[in-house]
Amino acid sequence: MSEKKETQEKETRKEVVLKVSDMDPKFKYEITKLPGAEKVMLCFQCGTCTADCPIARFSDFYRPRKLIRMIQLGLKNKLLSNDIIWLCSTCFTCIDHCPQDVGIANIVRALRHLTVERETMPVVYKELASNILKTGYAYVIPRLRLKKREEMELPSLPKANLENLAKLFDVTGLSKMLERVGT
Amino acid sequence: MPESKYLIFLGCVIPYRISSYEISSRKVLNKVGVELVEMPEFNCCGFPLDPINHDMMLTLAARNLCLAEQQNLNIMTLCNGCFGILNHVNKELNEERKIREKVNGYLKEIGMEFKGTTTVKHLIHVLAEDIGLEKIKEAIRKPLNPLRVAQHIGCHVVRPAKYVGFDDPENPTVLKNLIIVTGAECLSYMDETECCGAPIIGVDDKIPLQLAREKLSHIRAVGAQALITVCPFCHMIYDLNQPRIERTFNEKFGIPVLHYPQLLGLAMGFSPDELAFKQLRVDASKIVNNQLCREKKEV
Repeated sequence: MSEKKETQEKETRKEVVLKVSDMDPKFKYEITKLPGAEKVMLCFQCGTCTADCPIARFSDFYRPRKLIRMIQLGLKNKLLSNDIIWLCSTCFTCIDHCPQDVGIANIVRALRHLTVERETMPVVYKELASNILKTGYAYVIPRLRLKKREEMELPSLPKANLENLAKLFDVTGLSKMLERVGT
Repeated sequence: MPESKYLIFLGCVIPYRISSYEISSRKVLNKVGVELVEMPEFNCCGFPLDPINHDMMLTLAARNLCLAEQQNLNIMTLCNGCFGILNHVNKELNEERKIREKVNGYLKEIGMEFKGTTTVKHLIHVLAEDIGLEKIKEAIRKPLNPLRVAQHIGCHVVRPAKYVGFDDPENPTVLKNLIIVTGAECLSYMDETECCGAPIIGVDDKIPLQLAREKLSHIRAVGAQALITVCPFCHMIYDLNQPRIERTFNEKFGIPVLHYPQLLGLAMGFSPDELAFKQLRVDASKIVNNQLCREKKEV
């Protein structure tokens, strides 16, 4: 991780030399097939997304404009081994402000999906998914909390239909993915 | 479908740790004549899984929408995230035949089918559109002036504009007007529409804390006595995490963060206990005591 950070820091400070051998010219077409990423080639690099991005204000590395440029250049391996793509907070400001209607946040989501296909994702998402599979909710709600609802005169929470949820996890391929993918 | 009857979609965060929002919402909605029906067998809206599996997000959301269709009722959410996802998926499945067919293929496994007969609204849509400011005004017993507050509307209740089509994301006024109707003043501040950063707190907690610190500083700079939110995630960042922000940056804020229905409830004459003020992390008794003092003076 620290090594990665170092190279990231170097990249922000110095000019980066790109090797043609690092570029996959087909990558931009590959990602276009994913939902929400259809318009990646429409980006003309105006930088509105980065200028308006709340995360970019406080992160030294997260730059949506740069991510899109890297896709256009075909820097596939660099993009899909990069923790930065998990920093988008999905506020959708970039989607609303983009003059080309590129749908930046959706493209970042597509990058995440491709990363997951490469069998890695942040541990938090694995936890959220397994919580939903086990309880129907994204968080495991403690029993005490459920009991407390009575004291607070709130109606009891309905039991989730776990059987149906398990089926949906199977048919969408999420169950298999969770078994396969590390964190 | 009756306009003032909704299936309440609680989502996960509210029952997990933000009960004060649910308690106060139920109180004020009851007061203005909105009937709430509990949603049977609901599951997570799907939002947390979108980053790793888009199909599963669509399917989880669609399953919730189908439950509402079966009840022949519209959905009201309290959470911005749940609203954003359910509303988006509802519209997308209605508009895009291919996606609908794919999702219905998944839902077939559990004997469900998305038909597109329900509507999704957020608490503030219901209050502003169905009930209306006039009717809310009639229910005000103890106007909150001279209380000065600031709003934080949160992202998913207004963005992406293409799917939400409600209020102006650049200059949101719906919540502002709902605040003004309580008698409180709603102050403008720098970067009012900035995201709270909550969705990435599991990946990187430094950035959301920095964002929150900046927001709290801007709010303090204009002299607001409290921050008003309408989303459990945003509330968690500014209220639950405020002591942590203070520790991290060695800076004192002490800005109470109220759920909008708590503010409205106070103006309607509910007691702070009835509105679960005690469950707030940042002590809000200053505001309540000011109100009580003022009432005594008037008597």
